[in-house]
Amino acid sequence: MKDTVPANMFDCRDAYVRAVEELASYDDRIVAVVNDSVGSSKLGRFGERFPDRLVNVGIAEQNMVGVGAGLANGGKIPFVSGAACFLTARAMEQIKVDCAYSQANVKLCGISSGVAYGELGATHHSIEDVAWLRAIDKLTVIVPSDPWETAEAIKAAAAFDGPVFVRISRMPVPEIERPRGATFAIGKAEVLRDGRDVAIIANGTILYRALDAAQELADDGIDARVINMSTVSPLDLEVVAAAAETGAIVTAEEGLSRGGLGGAVAEYCAQHVPVRMRMLGFPGFAPTGSASWLLDHFGLTASGIAAAARELVAGK
Amino acid sequence: MAEQDTFRDTGTHARKLADRVTHVRERANWMRRRLLRMIVEAGQGHPGGDLSATDIVASLYFDILRIDGSSPAAPDRDRFVMSKGHCTGALYTALAGVGFFPEEELSTYLKPESRLNGHPNRVYLPGVETNTGPLGHGFPVGVGIAVAGQIDKADYRVFVLTGDGELQEGSMWEAAMFAGHRKLGNLTVIVDRNRLQQGAGTEATNSLEPLGDKWRAFGWDVVEVDGHDVAALLEAFDDAVKPRTKPRVLIANTVKGQGVSFMRDKAGWHHGVPNAEQYAQAIAELDADMGK
Repeated sequence: MKDTVPANMFDCRDAYVRAVEELASYDDRIVAVVNDSVGSSKLGRFGERFPDRLVNVGIAEQNMVGVGAGLANGGKIPFVSGAACFLTARAMEQIKVDCAYSQANVKLCGISSGVAYGELGATHHSIEDVAWLRAIDKLTVIVPSDPWETAEAIKAAAAFDGPVFVRISRMPVPEIERPRGATFAIGKAEVLRDGRDVAIIANGTILYRALDAAQELADDGIDARVINMSTVSPLDLEVVAAAAETGAIVTAEEGLSRGGLGGAVAEYCAQHVPVRMRMLGFPGFAPTGSASWLLDHFGLTASGIAAAARELVAGK
Repeated sequence: MAEQDTFRDTGTHARKLADRVTHVRERANWMRRRLLRMIVEAGQGHPGGDLSATDIVASLYFDILRIDGSSPAAPDRDRFVMSKGHCTGALYTALAGVGFFPEEELSTYLKPESRLNGHPNRVYLPGVETNTGPLGHGFPVGVGIAVAGQIDKADYRVFVLTGDGELQEGSMWEAAMFAGHRKLGNLTVIVDRNRLQQGAGTEATNSLEPLGDKWRAFGWDVVEVDGHDVAALLEAFDDAVKPRTKPRVLIANTVKGQGVSFMRDKAGWHHGVPNAEQYAQAIAELDADMGK
């Protein structure tokens, strides 16, 4: 897996490990738990700085999550980090029972989520994770969009008493432009651009593409709102209800087009604020190809999002 | 029960072994009656595995564990994890017995909205360390607690009770391998070796033997013990909590349904409810046993 990060683009894993190291430097309850994923989680320096607090269980995800819950029982704040595809699918019952149902104070960090492992194929894509985890009660699910939000989400997760999943991509993303003094709060969506004709709700690696789409739409005279729904569970319903007032919602995520962010928004809207919607994502197992090719191929681009928005607005 | 055991200093063992055995046996007998009543009142339960585990659980809760029923979250408490989470009859009677909740609450077992769910829930019930029920969960969590204790050089000890059939779950061996690798000397696993799983014998289903060799190969001290001989259990636990550099497993040879003649060694009593006549007979047998 080669990681070439273009200028002005960032690998959010770097922000993730900086935040975890910073927390660990003043809070000795912070530990990292990995499944032989020190390199892919970029936790090598953490291990050098805090050798007693890096717990490597080897290639054993069920045990990794169970051990995380046990560490929480012993008063630790474990950041359980592994490739999102294995952490979630392989250890799903441990996430449900040992973390969520037990309300254990475990922080699950799904690394290289979505289609970041493009060429490795659907075994290594983690496009189902948000849909699966969103179905689990009392588990917070956060999909940060850039380095700043990743670091803020990690700090918020550490401060929060309960199980949290943070989805951390390795795909390069730019810094999102935010108003001065912007803050992150679990469960709070961010309206990054106001607009009345259509609302685009996105998160993670797709958020900057949604902002570019809104710019494209503005050139056509369409006024698009852009919402960063980084917390998928619990969903910020107020912001969704307000988005529905535009009469058209496009959701866009680096994940399955059903069950994830789009599914969450659709469930609420269908019952409470019916609105025309398009849900952009992957239809199912994705073919091999680089991550950026896959995003282009499935329309998870600025022009793809803009096209969906135009279609909805035209049909109003 | 008026009297409650709390935070006994096991370091000194001021009491003679014979007195400790008598005390634990009385409590175990009470647990058996009380859990059978719970199951009869609730109309369902897992009496077979409850009864095979009772003497082990009684030895821990009424003698070995340094716990305080009024302080379930004390950071330095010993931890007991019931990995075979369906054996709530044994667990709940012990938790009530040491005062984590009132004994009368046992009568709510499996009733709507009761804190005494069919499988233990730490969110509602004090004294439960982690939610179990699906097999293969409690042991990895116990390993994590022991790792936390190892990092902190804490004094607390971790005990995990597993079923023997439960050892067919892969996560158990992930946990066993890692505990051996970490040399978790603060961890003791007890295998309730009743040789029966829900459907049939363990050896006929997916054989576990040579079980001791498997644990040894994973870096564990292995001790075999009669899981119904309270004196042997207490001696094994006394030895297990001495300083050591390896995790230890007690393979406790038990009989499913122990204490009730018609349930003994019968896979059919994995779950089931005695009828009125059977219940009366069971209680009479337990009365007679205590009279010995």
